[in-house]
Amino acid sequence: MDEEYDAIILGTGLKECVLSGLLSVSGKKVLHMDRNGYYGGACASMYLEQLFEHFGKKDCDVSGYGKSRNWNVDLIPKFLMADGVLVKLLIFTGVTRYLEFKQVDGSYVYKAGKVHKVPGTEAEALSSSLMGIFEKRRFRNLLQFAFKYEENIPSTHEGLDLTKVTMQQLYEKYSLDANVRDFVGHAIALYRDDNYITEPALATINRMKLYFNSIAKYQKSPYLYPLYGLGELPQGFARLSAIYGGTYMLNKPFEGITRAEDGSVTGVTSEGETAKCKIVVADPSYFPEKCKKAGQVVRAICLLQHPVPNTGNSQSSQIIIPQNQVGRKSDIYVLCVSFAHNVSAKDWYVALVSTTVETDNPEAELEPGMRLLGPVSEKFVSVSDLYVPTDDGKKDNIYVSASFDATTHFETTCEDIIKIYESITGHPFDFSELDKKLEEFKNLTEG
Amino acid sequence: MSGRPRQNGPAQAKALQFKLVLLGESAVGKSSLVLRFVKGQFHEYQETTIGAAFLTQTVTVDGVTVKFEIWDTAGQERYHSLAPMYYRGAQAAIIVYDITNRDTFERAKSWVKELDRQARKDIVIALAGNKFDLSNKRMVEVEEGSAYAQEHNLIFMETSAKTGDNVSNVFVEIAKMLPKVEPKPNNNGQTVRIDDNQEAQNGGGPGCCSKN
Ligand SMILES: Nc1nc2c(ncn2[C@@H]2O[C@H](COP(=O)(O)OP(=O)(O)O)[C@@H](O)[C@H]2O)c(=O)[nH]1
Ligand SMILES: [Mg+2]
Repeated sequence: MDEEYDAIILGTGLKECVLSGLLSVSGKKVLHMDRNGYYGGACASMYLEQLFEHFGKKDCDVSGYGKSRNWNVDLIPKFLMADGVLVKLLIFTGVTRYLEFKQVDGSYVYKAGKVHKVPGTEAEALSSSLMGIFEKRRFRNLLQFAFKYEENIPSTHEGLDLTKVTMQQLYEKYSLDANVRDFVGHAIALYRDDNYITEPALATINRMKLYFNSIAKYQKSPYLYPLYGLGELPQGFARLSAIYGGTYMLNKPFEGITRAEDGSVTGVTSEGETAKCKIVVADPSYFPEKCKKAGQVVRAICLLQHPVPNTGNSQSSQIIIPQNQVGRKSDIYVLCVSFAHNVSAKDWYVALVSTTVETDNPEAELEPGMRLLGPVSEKFVSVSDLYVPTDDGKKDNIYVSASFDATTHFETTCEDIIKIYESITGHPFDFSELDKKLEEFKNLTEG
Repeated sequence: MSGRPRQNGPAQAKALQFKLVLLGESAVGKSSLVLRFVKGQFHEYQETTIGAAFLTQTVTVDGVTVKFEIWDTAGQERYHSLAPMYYRGAQAAIIVYDITNRDTFERAKSWVKELDRQARKDIVIALAGNKFDLSNKRMVEVEEGSAYAQEHNLIFMETSAKTGDNVSNVFVEIAKMLPKVEPKPNNNGQTVRIDDNQEAQNGGGPGCCSKN
């Protein structure tokens, strides 16, 4: 403890662990602490007894659920986009070698009271019952434009500057009706609400590409999921950090920081000892005074003894309920994983229903999602405040991450990680730079 | 369950690959045992485990080549902060204690219990009483270690990373106990190795740096 570190990281959530790994790889001396006795913080995966205790159901009878240790239930529902940034980070850092993934069986969307498969290919799109025949043709035209579009090749732009043209205008140009817009914006571009419509279309086109490039990797759906639950991800990056010299301490109470005269952080105190450091990286729970509330998310963890109905008996699936379908402003998500991913006892399924809170009765807002699940054996509901940091950390060298938002993938998570990394280092994040460090190290240890 | 052992590619069709983890208190000689086994070296002042992410070494038993993918703790055990991910899915483990330090033997026993709760049912475990060269300072008798091992169905050996005594024997004994058959196809669907595709491997291209 009484040593001096370049960086002290507080909390072992995914963002903190990735940052810890990146900093260690780039040669920084890192001390990583967590007040909890387990890895993962807000995005931990818990075994069954831990889960009941976490939700204040300590005295419940858990005997009907098989071995407690066979469960690894995620607190936060997310899948990895197969062609997304997190997968790139996993590959570049080699952390992928510590983990095993399965593809998610199917991606579905709710429309007019029914659950439909989201088409994964152009051919599937053209045979889908989601759209009428004329809608399909127009949708295909947009799809072809999106696939061809390259930001820095003007000849692919068909005269449209997508940094200026809004998605609304693009929809109009392709004569897409509300039905198709809903499908494109929510089931493919994965927007949570309709704000994107008035924004420049480029972001949406990029998201459409991400979706289809992700599907192209493994066919069934654009999503991957790690065996033993999402909690494996922070642990994998923590191992990376440790391999590059990072020091790990769990069960370390946080007792405050010390500052220099100009306010910048100089150390972190725990159990009466202060470790010196140049910067601190932390999740919002360590510095509530440096955060502001930016909404709430309601989540229900549901234990089922059957797959989610109407998903072709999938062992894993996602159903998106677009806001327009149920008269809301933000989408409702249903994510399901199961014993096939070593997150539950044999023949059990874990479904997470979540959405951004819009009313003062959050649990009732999940109803349209809960209705799709069939009988639920046990349910754990939480309403979490979302915190975002009030500054970028450069002034006092305390870099605070934002809470996990309601999106069902890790793209915004990675944006936050990269933003913090850039604030810390003062230069743009560059995969090839990281790659060089990793190579140097390999030569060093193998030579 | 995660369907291993992994096949090692067509060129070495006979080499079955197994994940082996080292467990035990800090400073008992885990990294030294790996270094001795893989590189035949020993360092008196073994630095904290750095960079020893993955080392591999093969042994041949009964004409079958067994390839160990050896995981070292990267020092995370020091403050009792080893991530469960580390020993998940491991098919073999060497739990190490230092025969000159009684506490490390007690700690080794608690690792046996932890693996019993958390690891695969078919994991092969060896208990290694290390620093055998320091027998004159011994605090744990051979009989005690071997009795405990017998009671819990563990392979047992006293080893010295310094002299090399018994080091490769531990690995050979483990290899003998491991299943030599190809895994049955996993009826829960196959896992994907996300670094297996070409595009990912030559990464670093300009497309990867944009973060839209
Ligand atoms: N005498 C003796 N010293 C050993 C032996 N094995 C390891 N050591 C020493 O014990 C210390 C800790 O070893 P290390 O491999 O780093 O332990 P780890 O923390 O369990 O990985 C180092 O100084 C080693 O040189 C052994 O068999 N005999
Ligand atoms: Mg070591």
